[in-house]
Amino acid sequence: MAATSDSADERLQKLSLLARIMKRPELGSVAGLVLVTIFFIVTADPAMFSLAGVINFMTPAAQLGILALGAALLMIGGEFDLSVGSMVAFAGLVFGVTLVVFGLPLILAIPLTFAMAALCGVLNAQIVLRTALPSFIVTLAFLFILRGLTLVGLKWATGGSTQLRGIKQVIEGDWLLPLFSGRAFSGTFQWLADQGWIETFPNGAPRAAGIPVEILWFLALTAIATWVLLRTPWGNWIFAVGGDRNAALNSGVPVRKVKTALFVLTACCAALVAIITVLEAGSTDARRGFQKEFEAIIAAVIGGALLTGGYGSAIGAFFGSIIFGMVMIGLTYTQIDQDWYQVFLGSMLLIAVVFNNAIRKRVTGER
Amino acid sequence: MKKTLLAVVAAIALSAGTAAAKNIIVVSHGQANDPFWSVVKNGVDLVAKHTGATVSYRAPETFDMVAMAALIDAAVNQAPAGLVVSIPDGDALGPAIRRAVKAGIPVISMNSGGDVAQSLGVRLHVGQSEFDAGRIAGQRLASMGGTTALCVNHEVGNVSLDKRCEGFAKGFGKVTVLPTSNDPADVRARVRAALDSNPAIDTILTLGAATAGEPAIAAVQDAGRGGKVKVATFDMSAGFLKAVSEGKAAFAIDQQQFLQGYLPVVFLALHAEYGLIPGGDVPSGPNLVDKSTAAKVVDLSARGIR
Repeated sequence: MAATSDSADERLQKLSLLARIMKRPELGSVAGLVLVTIFFIVTADPAMFSLAGVINFMTPAAQLGILALGAALLMIGGEFDLSVGSMVAFAGLVFGVTLVVFGLPLILAIPLTFAMAALCGVLNAQIVLRTALPSFIVTLAFLFILRGLTLVGLKWATGGSTQLRGIKQVIEGDWLLPLFSGRAFSGTFQWLADQGWIETFPNGAPRAAGIPVEILWFLALTAIATWVLLRTPWGNWIFAVGGDRNAALNSGVPVRKVKTALFVLTACCAALVAIITVLEAGSTDARRGFQKEFEAIIAAVIGGALLTGGYGSAIGAFFGSIIFGMVMIGLTYTQIDQDWYQVFLGSMLLIAVVFNNAIRKRVTGER
Repeated sequence: MKKTLLAVVAAIALSAGTAAAKNIIVVSHGQANDPFWSVVKNGVDLVAKHTGATVSYRAPETFDMVAMAALIDAAVNQAPAGLVVSIPDGDALGPAIRRAVKAGIPVISMNSGGDVAQSLGVRLHVGQSEFDAGRIAGQRLASMGGTTALCVNHEVGNVSLDKRCEGFAKGFGKVTVLPTSNDPADVRARVRAALDSNPAIDTILTLGAATAGEPAIAAVQDAGRGGKVKVATFDMSAGFLKAVSEGKAAFAIDQQQFLQGYLPVVFLALHAEYGLIPGGDVPSGPNLVDKSTAAKVVDLSARGIR
């Protein structure tokens, strides 16, 4: 019996483009973002959505987002890293000490900070892999250890204070500075202000002076992470390791290498955030990054990553961080009393996550 | 589904353009659950009622200078009639404060950062000069007959605390700084040791009521020198005020943080209305609370006013 050679293979399910888009894990986080945006359009000062206002909430969103990207990839790989917040503080200490106490230029200080963070990541990974303890517990221990080391280190470096200052003076004129600090495209923004296309201060300077560097880093890292997850063998391995470790091992996936690489990645993301924020503030203290590990995990979960591993996306973490940044800063644009902040934050996150979950269940056909 | 959509669109349409008239924003580093800062916030709430201005109090949830700078930027974007800030880290908050000044917003600082305020373009500072407060406490204790004193510093390296002891030495005379940790048991042990090793000590000043003041009183009792050694402290706690009213301690220094919330806002409200502004810094303290006023202060402290 001759089958027509150009008829479609009836074993393959045909999905329309819309249906395919709806099934992506990111959809829930986009829906959550739309929900939060509508809430703030209704209750907040319109200045929140001006150019300066958007940059204003995107900046902490980007700082959290870089951490959330690392956390999301690690969660897809089936592990947690609760020490990222303390890692930010510790990396800030190391960075500050190399600059202020040892007087090194950025070209040496930055790689040293990353190396230190990578070392901590390897340590985390080794303990988790060798002892088979839940990474939750191991990294929780490091949350305390690194936070304590930061305090001890700061007091040693400053002779008793918990704040290390004077960084701006030491790095002035360093050629690597524009890459990790300040605002990009400031010339373009000034030109736009001169043309009258964006708002200005009374003295003619634009209200939005440029795009803060961390936002550009955030966009670049999201793009790279998405590409790695969806288009490279490494991405497949990450999903496999998180989905079923034994099956992955039996299929020839280098599980130990993948997990070690993911722990090193989260630690380096923390180091990057530390470098950027320390250069921006010109100082570091013992409380930097406090509780950021929880925020990073929440942003990843809002973005569709499952706590059990094997499912999630970097773009989802991207939108999850933006939701978080909007909620963090958005309250200041409303007339809601500050005392309600934590109730507000928790409620918005709960709504975003529940909404995300409902959408995901609906489109993937889960019961 | 359609009804929800219509409701949302209606809400968006109605909400367009809800800017408040005289809007003053307070951005501080004090968390909402901190008892010290809730007094400041009560001051802010009361002055909002008194002046009729719309005042928002904003603070990050933890001691986070990066988040605080973002909050200051958010405040600037709303073009308020005035901005009140605390400055625990002049380096980290400097750029954001300078942006506020550049935007033409009058900025008043309170509580911390009095020494860097002027250089950032801030109009004035409302707070307690630690050096002057120490000096005034020193003069009072000297006038009460003290000759040899201990200044118990439970956080060496904290510039504000170091200044308190320096001022105390200036106002009192013969002062030795006793460094301790911020563990009350450690304070008690070290003060006892200091008293035992030097019988000439007749005055002790501590820099925190609950952390060091109360243990110091206990140490004096342990050493059997109650009544011969005068104990005073910076800031207040219920236990210490009780000791003051019972005569076991000399006085507590109230920096009156309620005024740090109240005064900057009333200055900015008057400035927005009539262009009036004081010509210099306003010290919110010290106010020495001794036996005659301790009982009333305990009452007000329970209500979050002092």
